[in-house]
Amino acid sequence: MVSDKPLLELKGVSKRFGAVQALTKVDFFCYPGEVMALVGDNGAGKSTLIKGIAGIYPFDEGEVYYDGKQVHIHSPKDCAALGIEIVYQDLALADNLDVVANMFLGRERVLPPWRLDEASMEKDCVKTLDSLSVTTLRSVRQPVASLSGGQRQAIAVAKAVMWNSRLVILDEPTAALGVAQTRQVLDLVRRLADKGLAVVLISHNLHDIFEVTDRITVLRLGQKVREFRTSETTQQEVVHAITAGKLQEVPGMVKS
Amino acid sequence: MSVKNSTTASESALMAGQAAQSPSEYIQSYLKRVTSGDLGSLPIILGLILIAIIFQSQNENFLTARNFVNLIVQMAGVTTIAYGVVFVLLIGEIDLSIGYVSAVAAVTMTLLLREPGGWPWYAALGLALVAVALIGMVQGLIITTFQLPSFVVTLAGLLAWNGVVLIMIGGAGTVIIQDSVIVGIANYFLPAIWGWILALVFVAGYTLTRVRQVIARRNQGLSTTPMLIVVLQIVGLAILSLLAVYVCNHDRGVPFVGIILLVFLVGFSFLATKTPFGRYVYAVGGNKEAARRAGISVQRIQVIVFMISSAMAGMGGIILASRLRSVDTAAGGGNLLLNAIAAAVIGGTSLFGGSGRVSSAVLGALIIMSVENGMGLLGLSSGVKFVITGLVLLLAVLVDAISRRSRTQSGLA
Repeated sequence: MVSDKPLLELKGVSKRFGAVQALTKVDFFCYPGEVMALVGDNGAGKSTLIKGIAGIYPFDEGEVYYDGKQVHIHSPKDCAALGIEIVYQDLALADNLDVVANMFLGRERVLPPWRLDEASMEKDCVKTLDSLSVTTLRSVRQPVASLSGGQRQAIAVAKAVMWNSRLVILDEPTAALGVAQTRQVLDLVRRLADKGLAVVLISHNLHDIFEVTDRITVLRLGQKVREFRTSETTQQEVVHAITAGKLQEVPGMVKS
Repeated sequence: MSVKNSTTASESALMAGQAAQSPSEYIQSYLKRVTSGDLGSLPIILGLILIAIIFQSQNENFLTARNFVNLIVQMAGVTTIAYGVVFVLLIGEIDLSIGYVSAVAAVTMTLLLREPGGWPWYAALGLALVAVALIGMVQGLIITTFQLPSFVVTLAGLLAWNGVVLIMIGGAGTVIIQDSVIVGIANYFLPAIWGWILALVFVAGYTLTRVRQVIARRNQGLSTTPMLIVVLQIVGLAILSLLAVYVCNHDRGVPFVGIILLVFLVGFSFLATKTPFGRYVYAVGGNKEAARRAGISVQRIQVIVFMISSAMAGMGGIILASRLRSVDTAAGGGNLLLNAIAAAVIGGTSLFGGSGRVSSAVLGALIIMSVENGMGLLGLSSGVKFVITGLVLLLAVLVDAISRRSRTQSGLA
C-alpha cells in the first residue's frame, strides 16, 4: 500500500522564537502506509515541528505540501480539515466521560431537535475499536478513568482514526506505559500504517522505533541531520546521528 | 498479539461484551457495582428511611399526608436553587451569590407588582428572571475573562447583592405580595383529579422514553436493558407517583410547586444527559484542556452555567417569596445559600467537578428539609437543628468519600 508520492512534505521550514532559532530549513516528508519516526534529543525541535504542522505555531518560512498541493496551515482547524490528527503526550481525554463520549467529544451526533444520538455513536465507536483490534475493553460505556494507560492511549489513537484522518502524529505514545501496554500501542501503530494511513511517531525509545517504523528522521539542534530507512541502519548509527550528526549551519553563528 | 492480527476474531470479542443481557446478569452487574462502591442513590434512600423511622417514632405527625404536603412546599425553594448549584458544581466552580441573587429576583418582582401601576404577574416575573440571569452572565464573564476564582467573584457578589436588596427594599421593611397568581405558586393545590391526570401523563412519558431508547439501541444491534427490568422500573415509578398523588389528595392535594419541581427535574436531567450542552458541561468539569482541544468553547459553557445558576436562584427566591406572600430585608439570608449547596452535595454531586446528577438536588434537599421538618415537629431549638444538619452534611460527604475510595480500589474510579 506504500505510495510513491509523499502525503505530507515540508520543504525548508524554519521557526524562530525571539532570539532562539528552533528550526532551521528542515525538510520532512511521510508516505501513506508508512511509519516515519521523528527522533532527536531534548530541544532538537521535534515538538516545534509538530506544532508547526498542527498550526499551533505556524512556520516562519518554508513550504508545506499536502497530497502534492501547497497548503498553508495557520490554525489547528486547518490541520484537522486536511485530515491530520495529532495524539498528544498528555492525552486529551476527559476521565469522567465514558469511551463513546470521549471518542465523539466536540463532534457529537445529534438527533433533531437537540438530542444526542447515543445508539449510533456507540455502534460506530465499537466498529472503530474493532477495526483496530482494540479488544481489551470491558465495555465502551465505562469511564475512561477506569482504563489502563495502554487502553487510554488506544482510545486516543482510535479517536484520531475514526475521523477519517489520513495522517496521524503520535507524540511519545509509549512514554508512560509498561511492557505489555507498549506492545499493544506499537501493534496499533503498525495497523494504522497497514490501513494506508501515514503515521509519524515521535519517540525516545529506539527499540520501539526499530520495531515499527519504516523510516527515521533525525533532528539535532533544530536541523535535520540524517534520514534513514529503518531496515538499512542500526541503532548505533541513529544514536550517533542524534548526538553528533553533522550540522549544515553552526548554531554558534546565531546569537542565542 | 501479532501485528497482522485478523480483525474478525477480535470483532466478536468486543461485541460479546455488548451483547444483550439477561435479567439475572443485569441484577448481578448492579450488585457488583454497589459492592465495589458505586452506590448511586442508595445511601440517600436508606438515609430517608432512617430519618422517617426516627422522627415517626418520636412524633406520630411526621408520616402524615399533611406533613408530606408541607415538606414538598418547604423544600421547593431550596431545591430549585440547588438545581442551578448542581450545574455550577459539575463544571468544578462554585457560586456563593445565589442566596442574595434569589432575593434580588424576589424583590424586583415584588416591587414591580406593587400597586398602583403594578405590572402584570408574567411581566414582573419574567423581568426579574432576566435580570438575575444577566447577573449570572456578568459574574461568569468576569470569572472567565480575568481567570479569577469563582469563589472570590461570587463572594463579592454575595456582599454586593445583599446590599442591593437592602437598598431596593429601603425603609419599607416588608413588602406584601398581593398578586394572586404569584401567591398561588407556593400556595395553590391541584384538584384531586388533576393530580391523578398529571401522574398518568408523567408515567406515560417515562414509558415512551424508555421504550424509544430500547428500540433505538436494538436497531443499532447494541445491548439493551432486559425488558423485564424496564417493565419493573416503569411499574416502580408508576406506584411511587400514584402513591404520592394519593397521599397528597388526602390532604390539600398536589402542591403546584411540586409540579414545578418535577418539570425542572425532567428538563434539567434531559439537558445534562441527553444534549451536547450537557455533555460539554461534564467534559469541562472533567478535563478543561481536553474539552478545549475537542473544539468546545469552554468560556461559553462556563458563562451559560453561571446564568443557569443565577436564573434558578431567582426562581427559587420567587417561590420562597410566594410562600411567605412577602419579601423583607432578611430575604435570601440565613442558611439558604448553604442549604442549597449542601443539598447538591448530600445528593451526590462532587465539589470537584465532572460528577453528579440533577436529581441529587431533589434527594439532598429532601434529606435536609425532612430533618429540619422533623426537628421542627419535635420542637427542638434552632441551635440543636443547626448542629444536626451539620452532622448530616458531614455524614453524607463521608459516605461519598468512602465509596469513592472503594471505587478507586476496584478500578471503577
